[in-house]
Amino acid sequence: MNRYLFIAQRVSAMILAPLVIIHLGLILYAVSDGLSGAEILSRTRGSWAWASFYFAFVLSVAVHAPIGIRNILKEWTSMNQSIINGFCLLFGLMLLLLGIRAVTSVV
Amino acid sequence: MLQLHNTVIHGQDKLMTEPKTKDSHLSVNVWRGGDEGELVNYQVPARENQTVLDVITEIQRFQQPDLAYRFACRVGVCGSCAMTVNGLPRWTCRTHIKKVVDNGQLTVEPLRNLPRIKDLVCDLEPFIDTWKKAGAPFSGSRTRYDPPANIKPDSPLRQAADAGLQCINCAVCYSACDVVHWNRDYVGPAALNRAWTLVNDVRHAKRQETFEKAFSENGCQSCHSHGNCTRHCPIQLNPSESITGLKKMVFKGLPKEDK
Repeated sequence: MNRYLFIAQRVSAMILAPLVIIHLGLILYAVSDGLSGAEILSRTRGSWAWASFYFAFVLSVAVHAPIGIRNILKEWTSMNQSIINGFCLLFGLMLLLLGIRAVTSVV
Repeated sequence: MLQLHNTVIHGQDKLMTEPKTKDSHLSVNVWRGGDEGELVNYQVPARENQTVLDVITEIQRFQQPDLAYRFACRVGVCGSCAMTVNGLPRWTCRTHIKKVVDNGQLTVEPLRNLPRIKDLVCDLEPFIDTWKKAGAPFSGSRTRYDPPANIKPDSPLRQAADAGLQCINCAVCYSACDVVHWNRDYVGPAALNRAWTLVNDVRHAKRQETFEKAFSENGCQSCHSHGNCTRHCPIQLNPSESITGLKKMVFKGLPKEDK
């Protein structure tokens, strides 16, 4: 399993790197003329491009972050391995569900 | 009395240089005891040419006969004399005092990350066990009746394996590794370096199995690439690079045998 988690974390990091840069660039652009809900929705409503972009973002985060948390908990705590695995699985699902909810609400 | 370079041989059991001056001494703190113990100070004559192992030997022979320490070859081959010298792991037989002495002070302790037995001697069993965990035993694919494998010395695979060979099992890298320090289940740099030599050795019958063991729980993916292993390896091996090579193999797969 470790090999597959290692691969999943590296691949998700490779996907996230450009997405994070675009996301940060978008934030800088979006706030330049003031930030409002209407302005955000005007950009995202009906846009399959932004929907795909942020679905990919959410999916990558939901894979990447729990694996990293798992490594940290494993190295820095004496928690039981199966408890760590269960916690990280739930954490990943939570990120996925909250992320999807956020994306679908603005598309 | 035989004068040889700067060395004076007084008898069969004495091989040491003359003290620099009559009153010149090193202040040497040596760990006494097991996990529970203390540093004990000894004053040892400072000489023009002496290694850390010479100093420890002089303490044991002339001041503290029950001081426990480990050595064998005294020439950097056997890897048994590694200790922590002024906070860093070193092979003591090839560490000149001039290189490590700090204002006339020297502190010698057992290696980090290993159970202490007595004084400067640690239990190396956990270190040796890591080799097995990382798939270290070589498994030949030929019998004595087969001709020897035809290995090209300049082939990329052989060169990759050769780069990690000659480890003297001194456990300096294991002691230097911070990841081992916080996770004793991590197999450590020496074992993974050995695994790297095996997965690149086409004569090894269990290359895939070794690779899978090297990538199992607490295997190479636990390495943080701090590079302490490479920095402290007394024979300038690069275990960090070997571990990186193993990580890359998870994407590339095992290298194909040279044609």
